[in-house]
Amino acid sequence: MNLLQRVWQSSLGKKYLMALTGAALFLFVVGHMMGNLQVFLGPQAINRYGHFLKTTPEILWPARIGLLACVGLHMIVAVALVAQNRAARPVAYAKVRAHGATAASRTMIWSGLIILTFVIYHLLHYTLTLPSVNGYGLDFSTLRDEEGRHDIFAMIVMGFQKWPVSLFYFVAVGLLCTHLGHGIGSMFQSLGLKNNVWGPRIAGFARAASVLLFLGYASIPAAVLGGFGGGHLEEMRRVAQQRDSAAPPDQNRMVPIGVTNAAGKEK
Amino acid sequence: MKVRLKVWRQKNSGSAGSFHIYETPDLNPNMSFLEMLDVINEQLAERGQEPIAFDHDCREGICGTCSLVIDGKPHGPHPGVATCQTYMRSFKDGDEIVVEPFRAKAFPLIKDLVVSRKAFDTILQAGGFITVRAGSPPDANAILVAKADSDLAMDAAQCIGCGACVAACRNASAMLFVSAKVSHLGLLPQGQPERYTRVQNMVEAMDAAGFGNCSVTGACEAVCPKSISIDFIARMNRDYAVALLKGDSKKPAGGGAG
Repeated sequence: MNLLQRVWQSSLGKKYLMALTGAALFLFVVGHMMGNLQVFLGPQAINRYGHFLKTTPEILWPARIGLLACVGLHMIVAVALVAQNRAARPVAYAKVRAHGATAASRTMIWSGLIILTFVIYHLLHYTLTLPSVNGYGLDFSTLRDEEGRHDIFAMIVMGFQKWPVSLFYFVAVGLLCTHLGHGIGSMFQSLGLKNNVWGPRIAGFARAASVLLFLGYASIPAAVLGGFGGGHLEEMRRVAQQRDSAAPPDQNRMVPIGVTNAAGKEK
Repeated sequence: MKVRLKVWRQKNSGSAGSFHIYETPDLNPNMSFLEMLDVINEQLAERGQEPIAFDHDCREGICGTCSLVIDGKPHGPHPGVATCQTYMRSFKDGDEIVVEPFRAKAFPLIKDLVVSRKAFDTILQAGGFITVRAGSPPDANAILVAKADSDLAMDAAQCIGCGACVAACRNASAMLFVSAKVSHLGLLPQGQPERYTRVQNMVEAMDAAGFGNCSVTGACEAVCPKSISIDFIARMNRDYAVALLKGDSKKPAGGGAG
């Protein structure tokens, strides 16, 4: 029997797949957070970063395809595992107790599914920039900075100024961190990289990593809701108004008119 | 003291079961849980009713025959003991105690609280033999074993194969049992020649028996009457990964002896 077939058919093999795809996604989540945190360095930094990614398809596309493959595999294997687990206990107990199992460990499939829903929304919101999902009816990709680059800073600030978007973000990031709080330790367990010495160290790492990820991710919408980035939007509005008084409205302008009005309503 | 028991009664695997309620007579609090069931069964026999079927043998916590999920926990309220060493003093006078059989697809119910744990025997048989030098007794300490390894091997070897890990696991997974059996030989020099074929065969037998997968919740180690650590599951995962990467050994060429 070949190796891949064996891995797929075995209970332990499926856990290896969960652990390896989970580890890859964990590394992505760390990298993505570090990229996002550049928002605190100002529009120049994050717009340059976004421009770099967009104009480097030889990095962007392999990363996207790899991530999609990991998410797909992680999900398919999870569903297969859950189906087997349910089938393994056809008659339920009258009295069920957790025996010390944490809530995070017992709800991995549910936290995972909610995170998946969020990821789909997040992609529609910020990657595909669908006008219908951001609450402004505006295509975020039309936001441009003075150098003509996609104004990611403005997009982030405008996106999170809508509180339901931020709320969903907080919930999803919170669940991501409970998912990882259990998942990081399980990764090492499933791959056999754990013993009585490394067990507590790995548990500490899992706790620290999940708390730091939560703080890192949640800090952005929290800052925006606290007024961060408002000045940048004011500036954009002022530039747009000056331009409007000089020339008639034009859809192909660097800063679309819709931004001015929509952002104005927010204030 | 007196308690009220809510016990699962089921005639056989083909019939439907249900909970029956029994009031005990006055009990000595130092009776074991199984002795309390004996008292109820005597009463039932006197009334000409079918006694409650439950598994038991040594009644001193070493054979792994007793089972029962008592108030939602396999082997009753205390950590590190089996049902036979759970005493009535652990309950309060007037308590209602729910008694259920171990529930798992791989442990089909035979009658009342008795389930078949034959799947465990099948897994052990799949583990096969270890090569030893039979014949005259070897010299003492001819094979050196590090103290740490022998201690760890003994921790794993404590497994009495009762199935509480399966009963407690929300996925009815047998990982803790199989990992203990894989590890206690895998840690010792005597177990090395068949180490990787053994783990592969035992894991495959486990999968074939219809047990669930590990979610690393730790429920198994929490209820294990021998407090076996889930670190052994990590060890089994590692050995199985190595076995998969090594692949099947080369088939001997020709039809020679052996």
